[in-house]
Amino acid sequence: MDAISLGYFEGARQGRKDCKGVGVMIQITYEALCPDAITAEVRRDGNGAVVTFLGSTRDSTGERNVLHLEYEAYRPMADNQLARIAAEIGERWGITDAAIAHRLGRLEIGDVSLVVAVASPHRKEAFEACAYAIDRIKQIVPIWKKEFFEGGEVWVGSQEDARAKQNTQLDGLRQP
Amino acid sequence: MKLFASYKEKAGRSDIELSLQAGATVRDAVRETLRLYPAVTQDGSRLMIAVNQEYQAHDYALSDGDEVALIPPVSGGGAG
Repeated sequence: MDAISLGYFEGARQGRKDCKGVGVMIQITYEALCPDAITAEVRRDGNGAVVTFLGSTRDSTGERNVLHLEYEAYRPMADNQLARIAAEIGERWGITDAAIAHRLGRLEIGDVSLVVAVASPHRKEAFEACAYAIDRIKQIVPIWKKEFFEGGEVWVGSQEDARAKQNTQLDGLRQP
Repeated sequence: MKLFASYKEKAGRSDIELSLQAGATVRDAVRETLRLYPAVTQDGSRLMIAVNQEYQAHDYALSDGDEVALIPPVSGGGAG
């Protein structure tokens, strides 16, 4: 398994009820992600709220049909940036139980590319921290997505992607 | 200089060996990279750079042996 655990409190892993452990799991892998197992990483008896976000491969971007995707990462910088995000939600919302997993390589339509699981005693912190973590992943984590279409491919976020989006919008305007 | 994703494809390679003068900054490294591989991007002034796997500003002073990477706009995370 291509995973690192940061400051994982062993007592918490063993399910002891009396420990307030810090459980942060960061994983970047070419293997299929298992949302249930990742969510289980953040479950504690003191956590009344568990929010798990799944990012999955969409079948279209604008008007274009996507055939499959590929993800590439700069490592271990990407791992370290994910750990930084987990630390940020710890500082802002007091979250101590978080798991973030990102998949790399070729993904088919419907495959899960990202799992963010956040647990906290009450739901407000878990919802907010989870949403924040996803936004931050799209800002600071060096991971790139390439979309493959019929007759083309493009790195998302690149200038070509911006042009392609513009063209898609123009095509949309031209249609009756 | 390490290149990724769209930059790697435009340059046709993932690693570039750069010879810079003592006291060179990230800006100098970017300028030299774009001189050798102008296809990477037209505007180097807004490129994101990592030095030893941490983001740094363009005026950051480089040391011998630093790992420098051009970071294209990131697009991880899946949907949306």
